[in-house]
Amino acid sequence: MNFPILSYLIFLPLAGAAVVMFLPKERFNAIRYTSAIFSFIPMILSFWLTWDYFFNFSSSAAMQYVEGPLNWIAPLHVFYYLGADGISVPMLFLTGLLSFLSIVASFNIVNRVKEYFVFFLLLETGMMGVFCALDFFLFYVFWEIMLVPMYFLIGVWGGPRKEYAAIKFFLYTLFGSIFMLVAILILYFSSEPRTMNILTLVQTAPTMLSHSMQLMCFAFFFIAFAIKVPVWPFHTWLPDAHVEAPTAVSVILAGVLLKMGTYGMLRVSWPMFPEAVRYFSIPIALLGLIAIIYGALVSMAQKDLKKLVAYSSVSHMGYCMLSLGAFTSVTAITGCMFQMISHGLITGALFLLVGVLYDRAHTREIAAFGGLGAKLPVYTGLMVLFSMASLGLPGMSGFVAEFMVFVGSFISGIPYFKVITAIAVLGVVLTAAYMLRMVQRVFLGEFNVQRWSALTEINARELLTVTPLAVLTLAIGFFPGPLSDMMQATIENLVQLMAR
Amino acid sequence: MLETSYLIPFYPLLAFAVIIFFTRWNEKVSTYISIAAVLIGLLHSIGVLIAMIARHGTPLEMIAPFVVHPQLKLEVGVWIDPLTAVMLVVVTFVSSCVQIYSIGYMHGDPRVSRFFSYLSLFTFSMLGLVVANNFFMIFIFWELVGLTSYLLIGFWFEKKSASDAGKKAFITNRVGDFGFLIGIMLLAFYAGTVNYQEVFAKINEGAIPSGILSVAAVCLFCGAVGKSAQFPLHVWLPDAMEGPTPVSALIHAATMVAAGVYMVARGMTVFSASAEASMVIAIIGIITSLMAATIALVQNDIKRVLAYSTCSQLGYMVMALGLYGVDYAHHHHSVGYYAGTFHLMTHAFFKALLFLGAGSVIHAVHTNDIWEMGGLKGKMRVTTVTFFIASLSIAGIFPLSGFWSKDEIIAATVGHPVFMVLALLIAFMTAFYMFRLCFLTFTGEPRNQDKYHHAHESPKTMTYPLIALAFLSITAGWVGIPWFENGFSHFVYHGELHEHHPSLLIMFASTVVALSGIYLAYLVYHKKAISADALRMRFLPLHTVLYNKYYIDEIYEYLIIQPTMAFARGLWWFDAHIIDGLVNFTGWLTVKWSDLKQLFDVYIVDGAVNGVGRLFMVLSWIFRYFQTGRVQFYALVVVASAVGVVIFKVTPEGFYYYLGGVLVIAFVSLFLRQNRSEEVDLTRQSEG
Repeated sequence: MNFPILSYLIFLPLAGAAVVMFLPKERFNAIRYTSAIFSFIPMILSFWLTWDYFFNFSSSAAMQYVEGPLNWIAPLHVFYYLGADGISVPMLFLTGLLSFLSIVASFNIVNRVKEYFVFFLLLETGMMGVFCALDFFLFYVFWEIMLVPMYFLIGVWGGPRKEYAAIKFFLYTLFGSIFMLVAILILYFSSEPRTMNILTLVQTAPTMLSHSMQLMCFAFFFIAFAIKVPVWPFHTWLPDAHVEAPTAVSVILAGVLLKMGTYGMLRVSWPMFPEAVRYFSIPIALLGLIAIIYGALVSMAQKDLKKLVAYSSVSHMGYCMLSLGAFTSVTAITGCMFQMISHGLITGALFLLVGVLYDRAHTREIAAFGGLGAKLPVYTGLMVLFSMASLGLPGMSGFVAEFMVFVGSFISGIPYFKVITAIAVLGVVLTAAYMLRMVQRVFLGEFNVQRWSALTEINARELLTVTPLAVLTLAIGFFPGPLSDMMQATIENLVQLMAR
Repeated sequence: MLETSYLIPFYPLLAFAVIIFFTRWNEKVSTYISIAAVLIGLLHSIGVLIAMIARHGTPLEMIAPFVVHPQLKLEVGVWIDPLTAVMLVVVTFVSSCVQIYSIGYMHGDPRVSRFFSYLSLFTFSMLGLVVANNFFMIFIFWELVGLTSYLLIGFWFEKKSASDAGKKAFITNRVGDFGFLIGIMLLAFYAGTVNYQEVFAKINEGAIPSGILSVAAVCLFCGAVGKSAQFPLHVWLPDAMEGPTPVSALIHAATMVAAGVYMVARGMTVFSASAEASMVIAIIGIITSLMAATIALVQNDIKRVLAYSTCSQLGYMVMALGLYGVDYAHHHHSVGYYAGTFHLMTHAFFKALLFLGAGSVIHAVHTNDIWEMGGLKGKMRVTTVTFFIASLSIAGIFPLSGFWSKDEIIAATVGHPVFMVLALLIAFMTAFYMFRLCFLTFTGEPRNQDKYHHAHESPKTMTYPLIALAFLSITAGWVGIPWFENGFSHFVYHGELHEHHPSLLIMFASTVVALSGIYLAYLVYHKKAISADALRMRFLPLHTVLYNKYYIDEIYEYLIIQPTMAFARGLWWFDAHIIDGLVNFTGWLTVKWSDLKQLFDVYIVDGAVNGVGRLFMVLSWIFRYFQTGRVQFYALVVVASAVGVVIFKVTPEGFYYYLGGVLVIAFVSLFLRQNRSEEVDLTRQSEG
């Protein structure tokens, strides 16, 4: 591969951040459009990458677009080593898309505009890096790099309790990262010759480490990734961060950051420690089950629109965990990937839409609204569309994902999984209940003319940010075949690795 | 025609898309597009039916891949057999009638385009459900009809009751889908496929353990319980009457609610493989039928009577199919399958007609309460006549279509005496409540002069569909006249083809029952020979229970909904206070721990550092007295030291006395010097 596309994906936003830094800080529009351009190009590159991967490489499980390994820190055997396969390409696609849309959605930020966009672009660099790093050191660096801009984005541009939320997010994630660092060091010092190469370690780790060591390393990685997902009961940073974060940051948080947890599991800990996965598969699925039911029930009790969506994320990521427990089934793991992508699209859109309403109404309290359907038909239509997608209505990506998760877990053949899955299906009923309850209380019923007569319909820029998500949600819902084909070889390989 | 039958669902889908994206702003164009699409679909469906008859019912399957995995193959495909062909015609025909009728009924509504787009979307979903060739696909369309039902029930969403009803319908159906999905997953696991024919082949091979099959069948049936409003998930259907009446006719009477029955018929091989599961189905069917019929006896809302009647008739069909399954599992042959599907078809026509007729009445008098109507026959001729035709048909009067299908259902209960008695009782009640409705609405004196005064016959767009449906309410059953060669029973059947022998005894019994029901209604509500009020007072407790629908809604409210909400709120509290409390407590603990460490730092670590400094200060305080700067002192020290060395050399013990003496002298002189220097300082200060 001559053209180092992955490096461009990672470092173009960083270059953008550098350019923005040199712009005068009162030239808001220059800053906005520069940032938009520097996230637009990576988006186009990520589209092209997906396209190219689909047509040329989807039949192979090997890493593509490999860059390196280039010597970076020689004494530590650290290399600059990038690559993408069937599970990272869709994630890069999602990152490219959501980053650009979020930056466009951030055009209404007026406070410290320059810093905001610098941080945002830096964040994009970190996210892209995580999804294509093949060296543990690099992976860890990107993983940690994201915390800094995220901390400031929540802590400076957030809502009333922004400091609390930002610190909670930062410390909680950092707490998990430390376990990951320990596990990485264990792997590094156990390997002979010393290496931080993820692909090599995936091959050698099962024979290199003793059974108990595998379990321990797995647990350490799991803590780091589980906090990010977040898996119940590590989830309480999420509602706080979401509620306080500005709209676009919530979108990134839900759309991309949470997926890094499940991506990490699929990329690192699942194939690397197959014995541990076998050992822990039922507890993992149970954590998923708890998250599904618990998240849905807590959503039902929410009074704040954004918090409802935040808790629905906990519930929806539970589907991922359930399917990750069903490690023997290609369908389940594919379902997990579908759920990650679909949740990124749907929840991203829901956060954007909640932001649209909040910008106008300055409240997110569900009880404050009612009957908006008569006043804002387009907005209502979109919100209902995504609510339906979220509750798994056929024709949209959420359904395909849920169906594959359920059927895949059910037919995985692991003991107790039939019962666990059967109970998890209850989540479908609960999701319908809280979503429809929300739709009814916000959009249906009597319209409060006196209070909300000044509300205006969604504008063109906002529509631009949501429409691509709607199109993709429907496209995946109607034609899941291509996406599934694209990941199939990689996932079959993963399932084989886990069967060792 | 057959080869392109997969196109049929796409006509209305196209109409939906065109209306939503392009013609939303023009009501007339939207209306015509929607109707044109469904009419094309109707013609195509009729073509398919004719082609199917011509090839003697040989089925046809077309498949396209959707997602293909090693353990699971998901496809979209079309399965056309006689049952499909009949359902296609029923759905497109009723949909056409309802859409034409809606031109008049929805006239003046601010959201007409949206209404027609939803109707098109519904028609698409329903047709997709009908042509599906596998359980995955039927589930997709199953959910989509649920969506359109939700949208259309809540069409007048400003009304709280309408949006409540829509939500209730969707969530109740989801409860049924919970079971449906588990059933599909069981089949997918044990059969390795969700394709109907492949699953059926596996079952016939005996590849699936019978216990699993029973569970799977009951789970699948849960879906039908939700969609076809069977007990205990029937509660949404009466509330669904909050939607516009054409919607009630199309979705909540003729087609969508029949989807559950259709699915049971379609998957009969699964159900009939287990006698236990089939018995469960039959029992649920008869309970629903009986319960709904008794409730219908006392309701006062014209649409609610019809809704409970729908519920009851669906229970009838479910019972027939269930009994067929029981008989089949015991290697008997019964007419249940044919009866259920046949009644499904005839019921669609006369029930759609009843609803549209009710809509015509409501359109005229602007009320749903039958006690505010009366005497409308003079003003609404077409509506009255067609409504009576439909009522006679549903009551099962010869030679209308309901007669033929109802007889078959009663014939299906042969060998199950309890079912037979109850089925006849239900037939009696059906005749009674239908004619109670007819007499109260159309005959006698107007009870509300004001409303009567404003009443008028509906426009032609509304009456023509009534006439078309009335025609089929009379004649649709004739295809199943048992003396016919190659009638309905030779076209739609399950397994092997069997000959049916018509039973005149059953025909006679059912006719007597129906006529006595009508006669009783005539006596009470037309002749007023028996006072309705007196009857009500006589059976007041029973009447109260029936009028309140056995309090099932209230039971759900207090036993399920409120506890769930309370539990949800409790969990939220748990989340915010316990789980997050633990997180915050950990943070707090860290802060406190660092406070502790600070104390350690200040007093111990820093204390040690400062202590070292202080030690040197003390030492230096002592040693500075040796730095007097006076030669005499230094000389004294030298001399004293020399003397000390000499003494040490001579007598080491003596040295200690000497050293002690020197130190005492040193301290004494130090003390004296100290005092003196203080005096000096004082003098200096006084000088200053």
